[in-house]
Amino acid sequence: MPRTLKHLLAALAASALLTGATPRAAVAQQPAQASAAVVAKGEYLARAGDCIACHTAREGKIFAGGLPMKTPFGTLYTSNITPDPQTGIGMWTSDQFFQMMHNGRFPDGGLVYPAMPFASYTKVTREDSDAIYAYLRSIPPVKQRNREHDLKFPFNNRSLILGWRTLFFKEGEFKSDPTKSADWNRGAYLVEGLGHCGMCHTAINALGGSSESQAFEGGLIPMQNWYAPSLTSNKEAGLGDWTIEEITDYLTKGVSSRGAVYGPMAEVVYNSLQYLNDGDARAMAIYLKSLAQGTSPDKSAAPLPSAESSLLLSLGKPIYDRECASCHGAVGLGMPPHYPPLAGNQSIQMGSAVNAIRMVLNGGYPPGTAGNPMPYGMPPFAHRLSDDEVAAVVTYIRTSWGNRGGPVSARQANELRAATLN
Amino acid sequence: MAQSPATERAPDTMAARVLACASCHGAEGEGTSDVYFPRLAGKPAGYLYNQLVAFRDARRKYPPMNYLLDFLPDPYLKQMAEHFASLRPPFPPPAIPDVSKEILARGEAIATHGDPQRGIPACASCHGPTFSGMEPAIPGLLGLRASYVSAQLGGWRYGTRTATAPDCMQIVAGLLTEDDVKAVAAFLSSRPAPSDPSFAPRGSLPMPLACGSQPN
Repeated sequence: MPRTLKHLLAALAASALLTGATPRAAVAQQPAQASAAVVAKGEYLARAGDCIACHTAREGKIFAGGLPMKTPFGTLYTSNITPDPQTGIGMWTSDQFFQMMHNGRFPDGGLVYPAMPFASYTKVTREDSDAIYAYLRSIPPVKQRNREHDLKFPFNNRSLILGWRTLFFKEGEFKSDPTKSADWNRGAYLVEGLGHCGMCHTAINALGGSSESQAFEGGLIPMQNWYAPSLTSNKEAGLGDWTIEEITDYLTKGVSSRGAVYGPMAEVVYNSLQYLNDGDARAMAIYLKSLAQGTSPDKSAAPLPSAESSLLLSLGKPIYDRECASCHGAVGLGMPPHYPPLAGNQSIQMGSAVNAIRMVLNGGYPPGTAGNPMPYGMPPFAHRLSDDEVAAVVTYIRTSWGNRGGPVSARQANELRAATLN
Repeated sequence: MAQSPATERAPDTMAARVLACASCHGAEGEGTSDVYFPRLAGKPAGYLYNQLVAFRDARRKYPPMNYLLDFLPDPYLKQMAEHFASLRPPFPPPAIPDVSKEILARGEAIATHGDPQRGIPACASCHGPTFSGMEPAIPGLLGLRASYVSAQLGGWRYGTRTATAPDCMQIVAGLLTEDDVKAVAAFLSSRPAPSDPSFAPRGSLPMPLACGSQPN
């Protein structure tokens, strides 16, 4: 399922705290009980950071870890971050917690696998880190030993993380841009820091790193086979021509008049973004909108279809009319926000057709949120449509009504039948 | 008056919200031609809710269901369960048994009387004399294909399907042989639609086993 895979990216991943060898001296430094206001702020920030998605296993106790995260390098098991002194982080000081968030190091100096998004969390302020720390100390301790990672050689050699850090990690708190508004800076702080959006929306390379120059340019999420679109290109998920309200609806309700969240993004909205207050959601929207470069998807004609793609098109229309049009409309206008529009929908026209194919195969529900507690679902068609039919209908949707996507092949459809569902 | 399609809204009904279920379970939860996709309509809401939660939390494993329900909150799953529990679409025609008369009779004996010597209770003792289930959480057994029934009993025998402890079905299925499962599935799927498809009221049947899903 999505949350397992969301972060795997970093190739390596969260780490084990296998030792439990926290210095005794630390205990004396524990601060006095934090105020209720600080704890509440910490809870809010922990949600903005989506800690729960990885640090809570299915049907497991909250924040007790143990969630398996499959990565191309092996399986990592997330750690217990409850205040249990032996198996959790009960012995940690706020300094040590900050060192983990800011610099990706355990209290004993050991290196954390970068599935823990410390390359983003390094931007979090000390004050916010302390609030999250105070919150995590206030939750019920759970005695649950961390499970050892199951990494393949040579990735089980933790010293390799040093090389990764040299290439891809830049320590440093977020710096405001004085030429930009307070809202923009707040949004940037959340998106680049706690939100760790770049972990999926930036392509990662074979070393499990992502380069700053390609920040938010999109990429296929390893193991999950969902494409995390670019946030900078209006041809993908760039939000340049979305209104602020459309973006905040999308982020906090999970549906908007432009499209609904699906795949791994549904998890992020469900566990994290729906809890943002109005000011933060708006700030994030302002920043995200500003990331988009260039113009709307260009309207120039698509390359002439080959004989195959024109055949697919002619096969696709009757399938669309029979299976899709009752909700998405005869000309793809949908009934927003619950039946998303397909005409002009960026997510359907992207260079990568992975998401469009998977939506047809697997269907999906947007998350149930406070702003949309009873979402409408899209049926799966994997069992009703052949590979040829899936390719035909996706080709039709990607190339009709002014859409500028490319045709897809039956082989692509077939390959995605095996994609992990959860 | 013509309405602009762009301003048309999705119908504000449960039926429109659960269209995602229709391609496998039918628009009214009546089931489809696929033998492994069960009828949902008219099963007690408590049973359907328990299954939705179990699928969402991946305790009951079927990836397409686990994926669809992943981010749906409890109150909404309850509404979905109540929706399908309230529907009464027609039953499919009974299956023509592909087993011998002897096997069918064996299935009928187990379903209606159990096998006291082996400690096997009758299906009817909990699922009702007409096999229509009992509130809140015991499902009806009719309108299902033999393949589905035997796959579920098999899942319980092998521990891949479980319910809240005490898991009575795990105990019952563990007492059945493969031949028993085949016989019971053939018998149940060959039953005609009940004249009254309503499930029995809560507590109306004396259950022979403790059941975690159906606390008395």
